[in-house]
Amino acid sequence: MSPKAYRRRLDIKNGRVDLSHGSGGRAMAQLIADVFHEALDNEWLRQGNDQAAFDVGAGRMVMTTDGYVISPLFFPGGDIGSLAVHGTVNDVAMAGARPLYLSASFIIEEGFPFADLKRIADSMGEAARAAGVPVVTGDTKVVERGKADGVFISTTGIGVVPAGLDLSAEKARAGDRVIVSGTLGDHGVAVMSKRQNLTFDTAIVSDSAALHELVAAMVAAAGSGLRVMRDPTRGGLAATLNELAQQSKVGFRIDEDALPVKPEVAAACELLGLDPLYVANEGKLVAIVAPEAAAVVLAAMRAHPHGRDAAVVGEAVVDDHRFVQMTTAFGGGRIVDWLSGEQLPRIC
Amino acid sequence: MKYVNEYRDGRLARSLAETITRIADPAKHYHFMEFCGGHTHAISRYGIEDLLPANVRMIHGPGCPVCVLPVGRIDAAIALAERPEVTLCTYGDLMRVPGSHGTSLLRAKAAGADIRMVYSTLDAIGIAEAEPERQVVFFAIGFETTTPPTALAIRLAAQKKLSNFSVFCNHVLTPSAIQNILESPDVRSLGTVRIDGFIGPAHVSTVIGTEPYNFFAEEFAKPVVVAGFEPLDVMQAILMLIAQVNDGRHEVENQYVRAVTPGGNARAKAEVAEIFELRKSFEWRGLGMVPYSGLRLKEAYAAFDAERRFGIDYVPARDNPACECGAILRGVKKPVDCKLFGTVCTPETPMGSCMVSAEGACAAHWTYGRFRDHARRKAS
Repeated sequence: MSPKAYRRRLDIKNGRVDLSHGSGGRAMAQLIADVFHEALDNEWLRQGNDQAAFDVGAGRMVMTTDGYVISPLFFPGGDIGSLAVHGTVNDVAMAGARPLYLSASFIIEEGFPFADLKRIADSMGEAARAAGVPVVTGDTKVVERGKADGVFISTTGIGVVPAGLDLSAEKARAGDRVIVSGTLGDHGVAVMSKRQNLTFDTAIVSDSAALHELVAAMVAAAGSGLRVMRDPTRGGLAATLNELAQQSKVGFRIDEDALPVKPEVAAACELLGLDPLYVANEGKLVAIVAPEAAAVVLAAMRAHPHGRDAAVVGEAVVDDHRFVQMTTAFGGGRIVDWLSGEQLPRIC
Repeated sequence: MKYVNEYRDGRLARSLAETITRIADPAKHYHFMEFCGGHTHAISRYGIEDLLPANVRMIHGPGCPVCVLPVGRIDAAIALAERPEVTLCTYGDLMRVPGSHGTSLLRAKAAGADIRMVYSTLDAIGIAEAEPERQVVFFAIGFETTTPPTALAIRLAAQKKLSNFSVFCNHVLTPSAIQNILESPDVRSLGTVRIDGFIGPAHVSTVIGTEPYNFFAEEFAKPVVVAGFEPLDVMQAILMLIAQVNDGRHEVENQYVRAVTPGGNARAKAEVAEIFELRKSFEWRGLGMVPYSGLRLKEAYAAFDAERRFGIDYVPARDNPACECGAILRGVKKPVDCKLFGTVCTPETPMGSCMVSAEGACAAHWTYGRFRDHARRKAS
């Protein structure tokens, strides 16, 4: 009897995930086939192995892994599925690497609607196809109701670094320029606008995007003129620069007037008592670039759709204390410190 | 951002700074206290200190509602939240405030207490309506600005006959705290702290008006300028205070004319007066017991008073004895004068009130201004 003879498609519209979908039996095989394989289809997944075998070119390999636990799962401009692709592609790309393959692990809460799961898987597949980085292997687990928040996704990515390129967080030097690829805080504000108890109307959508092609353009333009790249996700630009200051043993001095922030994001932050410098981004990068390469990198970035608002916002300086300092729009000075705990809305 | 960017114009700021430098008499020293944490935050965040001449010193006062809430009240809120039937609703920035023995609402939540962060008192009412089996307690704190929304929630709860909603009231009054500072021995008799004038809090004055400050201007012969929280507001207020000192005047002036009137908001005041009454005494973190400085629910609304409903007995708790917050709040000392500052006491591990909230004097200096200490040390 052909396997198809007993297969009945999942009731995507009305059905829900139950514990049998994680038990390793027929229900799980059906879930994987009808939701994940259909959405993420490629030659490696189709082989149905517990791993994927593939050729890699010569050079240094990059590997990264990340967990996605975002709430809400769907937000203006994206969802957890596309985010899990973009975030991991970007972590690979920040080494200057070309991302090649992804793996994905899903932890699903009992009772989660098939329709939402399919929406997430479809979005993930679309993001992977658009990026040209297939999800070649994966895993599915179902946990009891109350033991997860809908869906958690972990993705691992690998890629290859072009010969001669060696970007790393300890390579910033005094005099290097700090470039951001676009406006700050869009993702964080978009997500917050849909949080429980905090729904507000905004035209802001998440900037979630895969940046490897922007990175490739930057590498082509500057090569070894690039010192460090990092995507300023949680903790925003402030956390990223503080991390790099520690790792590279320099300080940074940025200019408030030069920071690109959309007026709507600034307004939402104002309302909530937040600082855009600390708000998360998912489709932006920070590049630390040798001074002589800054102009050519900036031009290459601005020629790419994901970098058209790129701006030089400051420079690395000699500083034993590793402070990130900012010249305010007033002409005064202040520190841009690490965030203390989560950024919480203030009482007044 | 219309009506915001206009008050953050860098060119205007530099021009105001030039005027301040021009009219500040080099032979004089000017010491002004900004009472409110919102002003402290603006001064630090925009680097206003760098724009002022050396003979103009800003003293950061106690006006941050999160900072001045005493440890014992945090302990009481945590104890309330740990009751199995209680859902405690709180504003976000209270979550990290330390109670006794390293506790906080954030830690109590992680340990299983039902604590929910809300953005308004009406969110708490909504939770009480949606979950009638829970006892929903709103943890109310703040100055005159946040009191009317609490009053509104209590009135709504009464109208809706909600039997599972109550308020743990910790509202405090600005004028009482200012009086306490001006009457402290350091300021009044010892003369160790010089205060030549006050910047009054704008948001508070949108409710109470400017009239309550007339007493200070007359009794203590101190100029008061009620000012907004935008950086240009603060700079203009400094300019107005310098002008008063130069002229030998001590009047109440209103910089925040776009929202503040002499009499304030009559409707909000009436709402608060209907529901709240003065406590004989209320403890402030850093200032101790301050007479007639806090509010509680009137007898008519006792059914919504969490202190009565749950029989909360207030037990004061001590701050770290090495903490200099009391002296810093009165302007006797600066954050760097405290030996805990930046050592065991940082925003991650705050020991005293001034480090607790982002608007406290120590937290503002640590977060935005501590590079100046290193620069000064290097220079000396």
